[in-house]
Amino acid sequence: MAGKTKISIENLNLYIGKQHILKNVTTRIPEKQITVILGPSGCGKTTLLKSMNRLTDLYSNVKVSGKIMIEGEDILHTDTDITSIRKRMGLLSQRPYPLPMNIFNNVAYGLRISGRKNKMVLRQRVQHYLELVNLWDEVKDRLHDPASSLSIGQQQRLCLARGLSVDPDIILADEPTSALDPISSEVVEKKFFDLKNQYTVVVVTHSLQQARRIADYAIFMYLGEIVEQGEASEFFSNPKQELTKSYIKGLFN
Amino acid sequence: MKFYNITRALRSRLHSSWMLTALIFSLLLPVLLAIGLYLKSAPLLHDQHLFTLLFSKSWKPLSGHFGMYPFIISSLWVTVIALILAGPVCLLSAIHLTQYARPIVLKIMHPVIDILAGIPSVIFGVWGILVIVPFVGNYIGPLLGKHITGYSIFSGGMVLAVMIIPFILNILIEVFRTIPEELTEVTLSLGATRWMVVKHVLLKKAFPGIISAFSLGLSRAFGETIAVLMVVGNVTRIPTGALQPGYPLPALIANNYGEMLSIPRYDSALMFAALVLLVIVILFNIISRYMIHRVEKNI
Amino acid sequence: MNRLKIRKAEELFFRVIMFLATSVILLALCMIIFSILRKGLPALSWSMISQLPKGGFYFGKEGGILNAIMGSVYLAFGATFLAFLIGLPVALYINIHLHKRKKLVNGIRFMLDVMWGIPSIVYGAFGFTVMLYFGMRSSLLAGMLTVTLFIIPIMIRAIDEVLKTVPTGLLEATLSLGSTKSETAYKVYFKQGISGIVTALLLSFGRAIGDAASVLFTTGYTDNMPTSLLQPTATLPLAIFFQLSSPIAEVKERAYASAVILTLIILFISLVSRISSRHYHKHKIK
Repeated sequence: MAGKTKISIENLNLYIGKQHILKNVTTRIPEKQITVILGPSGCGKTTLLKSMNRLTDLYSNVKVSGKIMIEGEDILHTDTDITSIRKRMGLLSQRPYPLPMNIFNNVAYGLRISGRKNKMVLRQRVQHYLELVNLWDEVKDRLHDPASSLSIGQQQRLCLARGLSVDPDIILADEPTSALDPISSEVVEKKFFDLKNQYTVVVVTHSLQQARRIADYAIFMYLGEIVEQGEASEFFSNPKQELTKSYIKGLFN
Repeated sequence: MKFYNITRALRSRLHSSWMLTALIFSLLLPVLLAIGLYLKSAPLLHDQHLFTLLFSKSWKPLSGHFGMYPFIISSLWVTVIALILAGPVCLLSAIHLTQYARPIVLKIMHPVIDILAGIPSVIFGVWGILVIVPFVGNYIGPLLGKHITGYSIFSGGMVLAVMIIPFILNILIEVFRTIPEELTEVTLSLGATRWMVVKHVLLKKAFPGIISAFSLGLSRAFGETIAVLMVVGNVTRIPTGALQPGYPLPALIANNYGEMLSIPRYDSALMFAALVLLVIVILFNIISRYMIHRVEKNI
Repeated sequence: MNRLKIRKAEELFFRVIMFLATSVILLALCMIIFSILRKGLPALSWSMISQLPKGGFYFGKEGGILNAIMGSVYLAFGATFLAFLIGLPVALYINIHLHKRKKLVNGIRFMLDVMWGIPSIVYGAFGFTVMLYFGMRSSLLAGMLTVTLFIIPIMIRAIDEVLKTVPTGLLEATLSLGSTKSETAYKVYFKQGISGIVTALLLSFGRAIGDAASVLFTTGYTDNMPTSLLQPTATLPLAIFFQLSSPIAEVKERAYASAVILTLIILFISLVSRISSRHYHKHKIK
């Protein structure tokens, strides 16, 4: 595998009630690359993504075993405060979920709660992140409008800016373009390319085309298990498993 | 075979028209209520101005004075106290049950809320007499240096509070449930604690829903009759404190139905009181239900 | 680091008071049931349930409240039945015939919810004016009709809540088999919604048997067994209410005993409703 390992997952098992959602998942996510998790819906890919910043804690009746190491620290068994672990990972969800605040505060919120209260600094940082996602020019005159007044595509970029604002080194994205129009999704997709110089990006998708376009490393899941994983070029041109082959040919769904 | 088909079609027509009739009847019900009560109170409205009836302090049925101000004020006192007591409990519990509680707690609380909602008003009244009235008379009164019987507005408010808790709580739980989980997830990912998510995001998002739930609770409390009647004291006077007895509007109607036919215009006055109750409750309901509807659509 | 500590303390504080709020609700219910049972059980006897009052409900220290129990049972059965005759067709109609007209249906639901909020005393007052208009005396029938009006919205919305969840595909499938809409309604939707219908019946029955304000004007009160729809009748909630307002201590005791009976009936209904909804859930297509 090219590049350093950012996250390594060993024998991760996750049950919700009696349902076995993740089965012996073992994988490595390379630093500063785009890793794509693929698979039909219900295969556990979103759960895998969420377990990386322990949002799975929110589920009731959940049991997790195994290891998730981020730069050598096992986040499942650690004394470190969970909020500071989560801050290292920006989350982008399927549909944009702006906070019930104005545009400016959507980006400033994360900064504020981590203690940055100086107005000048806040303004600078907000502008910086909005520029980073190509949103600044569109919203600079209406920063105090509610975020819900933006278009869906703009909202999703705002959410990306919000995720970046707390200075994470990992970005977790759960089908980030599935609710967007083609133009907005292209913008978001392109953004991932720019971001991978600085960030480790993990994207869950069920769009094969999107996976081919952006992936450096691909993980294919089916019924809670990893069927196959590898470098994107190798994975898409020369899959080893029968299941992967038929998935890539589009025989699923 | 053909005959069979004809009867089938006929039966279907009959069923459908009965369904439609039933539907129209159900929807006309509030209109019927309003018209019926209006017709009965019309003679009184003809004699006396609406504002005199609503805002006059003079209630002397024998001499034809039907000022309802003391009863309206009593009703406001009782309902507001009920909401002040029930509101925070419901809000805190709704957050607890939707955000923090383990499945086992929900399993216990679901039937508890249902049973509480199903207990008849008169039982709450008995409980009020057994527990709340002595409590107010023996503890709250002396605590404030007053000698009272305990039959007071505050007792009425306390009993009402418990009665509207399941009602408000159910709506609040629904309101919090409609807020998408993802909003919590993204906020946690910014480094917020669970409580910060509640404080900064969920409460804001739920705010219109919370207000509506409270106002629905208020209107429910406003019309509650028997339980309040049993503990509130029923003295015709404009109350100036929560520990005084009061005489809310529904209690007035319920207490005097026996003699209302023997005094001229008394029946009109009581039916007018019922009409006032109906109008206030319907207005409150329409406004707050509409707000909830908007919230659920916007999420 | 200090900031983190303050945050943790704040969260802990609120978690504690939130837990207390929930406990208060649980405690309130336990307290209500406990205080009613403690005061009423000693006064409860077999003769309370099996005999008619002797010497008048207001002064009599002997006999029972069988007349009120039977009156309430007749009243609640009658009203639930009538409300069902109107409520079921309405709920079926808005879910089948008006299936495509979402806005209209939402409007109707909205109206029904508003009607649910109308206090029972208003229904009682209305029933009373209608009664006078037709020159009727207070009677079992008048009370039954008033209570029917009062529980119609509850009945419709409770059935509707379940019918709403029947998948659209099922409607389309049965209609495409050549069934008429009303056949679909009574054969398919009825079966699918049976759990909700049972719950709705029990819920309405509970409301009907427990409500006092709507029957106060309309049923009157007697010491006799109800024998005719046109005779006045005693009801359980009013038996409690009137006996409690008696100055005689023994009669008050009997009010507490009556309260125990009503409470037990309500608890029993709620238990049956839980069991039945669990039972019927198994047969539902999801």
